[in-house]
Amino acid sequence: MKVKVISRSTEEFTRERSQDLQKVYRNYDPILRPLDKALEYTRAVNATKLDNIFARPFIGAMDGHMDSVSCMAKNPNHLKGIFSGSMDGDIRLWDIAARKTVCQFSDHKGGVRGLAASTNGDILVSCGTDCTVRLWKVPVLKMMDSSHSAGEVLKPTERYVWKHAFWAVDHQWDGTLFATVGAQVDIWDHNRSVPVNSFEWGKDTVISVRFNPGEPDVLATSASDRSITLYDLRMSSPARKLIMKTKTNSICWNPMEPMNFTAANEDCNCYSYDVRKLDEAKVVHKDHVSAVMDIDYSPTGREFVTGSYDRTIRIFKYNGDHSREIYHTKRMQRVFCVKYSCDASYVISGSDDTNLRLWKARASEQLGVLLPRERRKHEYQDALKERYKHLPEVKRIMRHRHLPKPIYKAATLRRTMIDADKKKEQRKRAHSAPGSITVEPFRKRRIITEVE
Amino acid sequence: MVAAEETGVFDRFKPSTDQDALDELELKSKKYLRGEAANLEVLQDKKLKGQLAVREKLYGQSAKAAAKAEKWLMPSEEGYLEAEGLEKTWTIKQESIVREVDLLSARKAFDMILPELGPYTQEYTSSGRYMIVGGRKGHVAMIDMLSMDLIKEFQVRETVRDVVFLQNEQFFAVAQKKYPFIYNRHGTEVHCLKEHGKPLKLQFLDKHFLLVSVNSFAQLHYQDISTGEIVANYRTGLGRTDVMRSNPYNAVIGLGHSGGKVTMWKPTSVKPLVTMLCHHGPVTALAFHSGGHLMATAGMDRKIKLWDLRKFEVLRTYSAQAQTLDFSQKGLLATGNGSKVQIWKDSGGHEYEPYMAHAMVKGYQIGKVSFRPYEDVLGIGHSKGLSSILVPGSGEPNFDTWVANPYETNKQRREKEVHALLDKLQPETIMLDPKKIGTVRPPRRKEKKAKKEAEDEMEEAIAAAKSITVKKKTKGRNKPSKRAKKKQEEVFKAKRPFLEQPSEDGQPPAKKKQRVSEADELPKSLQRFARKKTA
Repeated sequence: MKVKVISRSTEEFTRERSQDLQKVYRNYDPILRPLDKALEYTRAVNATKLDNIFARPFIGAMDGHMDSVSCMAKNPNHLKGIFSGSMDGDIRLWDIAARKTVCQFSDHKGGVRGLAASTNGDILVSCGTDCTVRLWKVPVLKMMDSSHSAGEVLKPTERYVWKHAFWAVDHQWDGTLFATVGAQVDIWDHNRSVPVNSFEWGKDTVISVRFNPGEPDVLATSASDRSITLYDLRMSSPARKLIMKTKTNSICWNPMEPMNFTAANEDCNCYSYDVRKLDEAKVVHKDHVSAVMDIDYSPTGREFVTGSYDRTIRIFKYNGDHSREIYHTKRMQRVFCVKYSCDASYVISGSDDTNLRLWKARASEQLGVLLPRERRKHEYQDALKERYKHLPEVKRIMRHRHLPKPIYKAATLRRTMIDADKKKEQRKRAHSAPGSITVEPFRKRRIITEVE
Repeated sequence: MVAAEETGVFDRFKPSTDQDALDELELKSKKYLRGEAANLEVLQDKKLKGQLAVREKLYGQSAKAAAKAEKWLMPSEEGYLEAEGLEKTWTIKQESIVREVDLLSARKAFDMILPELGPYTQEYTSSGRYMIVGGRKGHVAMIDMLSMDLIKEFQVRETVRDVVFLQNEQFFAVAQKKYPFIYNRHGTEVHCLKEHGKPLKLQFLDKHFLLVSVNSFAQLHYQDISTGEIVANYRTGLGRTDVMRSNPYNAVIGLGHSGGKVTMWKPTSVKPLVTMLCHHGPVTALAFHSGGHLMATAGMDRKIKLWDLRKFEVLRTYSAQAQTLDFSQKGLLATGNGSKVQIWKDSGGHEYEPYMAHAMVKGYQIGKVSFRPYEDVLGIGHSKGLSSILVPGSGEPNFDTWVANPYETNKQRREKEVHALLDKLQPETIMLDPKKIGTVRPPRRKEKKAKKEAEDEMEEAIAAAKSITVKKKTKGRNKPSKRAKKKQEEVFKAKRPFLEQPSEDGQPPAKKKQRVSEADELPKSLQRFARKKTA
């Protein structure tokens, strides 16, 4: 007879001294873990619920401006620096971490409409309704020490007067040129007091401009004649023009796929276009209930943030037709400008109520340093959410957002109107000769023409 | 020359051993894969295909890692009992086993004679560390099996029919004369669950925190002990029974009835999920294998049957009697009858053969047998006390600290309780196939038969209809013409379902086609003016 039975001595399976770590033995046999699928699903539901519980995106407001904030620019040199300009002619540099003003640049006599920083972060360009362009030297040391006194006032290094009021400005990537727009598109150099080049196509006011991050000589503008125009500085005339049914308020290029840009439109939608194929939008991003005022891409190129006249901020996936997130507070008024921070983890908005607001890009993200165990837990929960996101219960909880009543009502109304239009269109088609009415997809419907 | 040959042979053998090791690893990792991989070939979406391929690869890697961990990192090995020579394993006596094993293990076999307050029933915690004992005449005791300390012993002064541990050893439920009660480890009565009525048997579903009882009116109660809510209360309608077990694989409750039926219940349906006629006579005992696909039943008809729970078919029938049954973690089956315990072992292909036998003192009536988890021990509750015998090879040798830890500290126990509450499963997750959760329901589509097949079937049906012999009718109704007509009708009846089926290209049969096509021809706005019926 040969016999052996399981025999464990307590000493072997427990720790020797109380200072030791507890001994851990693993056995991964699935039989010891029945109902694992149900357990995983329950964990996924709980993780989604926890996400909603911990969704506290608002970090703080930065007040100091005396009039509505009209424009912002990121400081490429400092992660925590951001410039903002207001309609009373005040420009401020903020320390986002401390949520305080580092210094003020005040010389403008009218409202500041455009701000841009050079790629190396040394020079700030501002323009406004007072028909002047001002160049400022950005104080570098100021950002380093934390014990700065707020409200130091700086003066511009250059002041160029031009013949029309300006609407926007943008700086070339890795170059010395910058473009201002107003009655026409002017290309300036840092060292010249007059534009080095000017473009005009039609008589209407140009309201926004953005340089392409990949091709430094390409820029896109939008004008009040509902057009989006592409320019190439190496050519003497504008390259292409796209006319839509409504005005585009702002444009932003995708920094990771620089052939794509997204236009924030007056008709509550954003349209993503491929420059090589302008006859239809790649994606229509719908969700806002009023005109979209500003748009900015995350440096990762996977997401962008929009600010709207309906007093909300939304975050969209670059290919998502509906928003991933909506941010609002009771006190935030019409949003005129939004920026994604350079580390893709914060969103800054400037609104009519003279405040800048700082938001987290992922509403339920835990800030601060994470312990490895904590991080693993978050990763596990994210993986669970990703795996079960299509199941009805998880999906419902994940999609749920509280909306302010006016927004909710406006969205319902919009949906009713759109449905009614759709129904009408269907009936029209049913009562016409077959083939006489062609159906155009929404991606094409808002485009009038494309001019070369 | 010889040396060269030898190296040649060696070379030939070496890769094959590597291959064997690989095959073994493959075989082992199959267990951890939890089913077949998804078929990616049929996918149209390239992006999704790529993502899923990456995921499948990760699954494979983790399964392999788990298999390697199983091979190299497990601290203990399974027990065994092997006979030598003419000896048979079932003739080996407990005394000789106890003599052979080490001192620590020998202590685990004992006989506790408690003649006054029996018969006794007992149960272990999921880690196998603690045992709770209930004597019919009101004796309740909790014992730490590791140190063999009596933790608490008290007298409830009422009939005790069953005892179960709740989520850990801190609480246990006792089925008493009129109601089930919940006590804590100090013997303090915490709750009296009056809604359950007079309980005969209790079960606890630890993942769901559900206490299940069946009372003398054959009502099944599910109570959530974390919230106190009665989740379900169903009348079984099959008569009084005290045969109840939960299936550890899917948390379905199995009940054995006096009519020979076994029913399976979940808390979200009034009717049983499954009703099986298992025995010609009352069902006396029931046990589920921890893999979930094997059930053993014993009946008064002197049969023990093994059932496949995937097909609900009987696998094996043995002529034996049992008042109580239990499966061990490694799949041994213990049966208790009268004063004899028999242990059966799977010799491959669900062919259970006698493995061990143990006889108590004559006259002792065995009430309950239960294997101690993670140990090679079988606990026996009988009319004159408690016994514990060694059954080599019954328990899982390696425990998982985070699943069930016999050496759990207080802090670990508290931590585990909090996690168990956070991961508490809803009663809806109890279903026959728990793997279905989180999957997509496949679209219901009837499979189209091939034309030839359909024709063959039709011919068969016609032939069957023709071969029916018509009964002789009374005079006047039995004319040849009428008989022929009747036969023709039968043939037509048999033909009809095949003729009405849509033809090969998915078009409905000719008659219907006409009617539909008329409406189709019109533009949509005029369709409502189409004739409703074709004349």
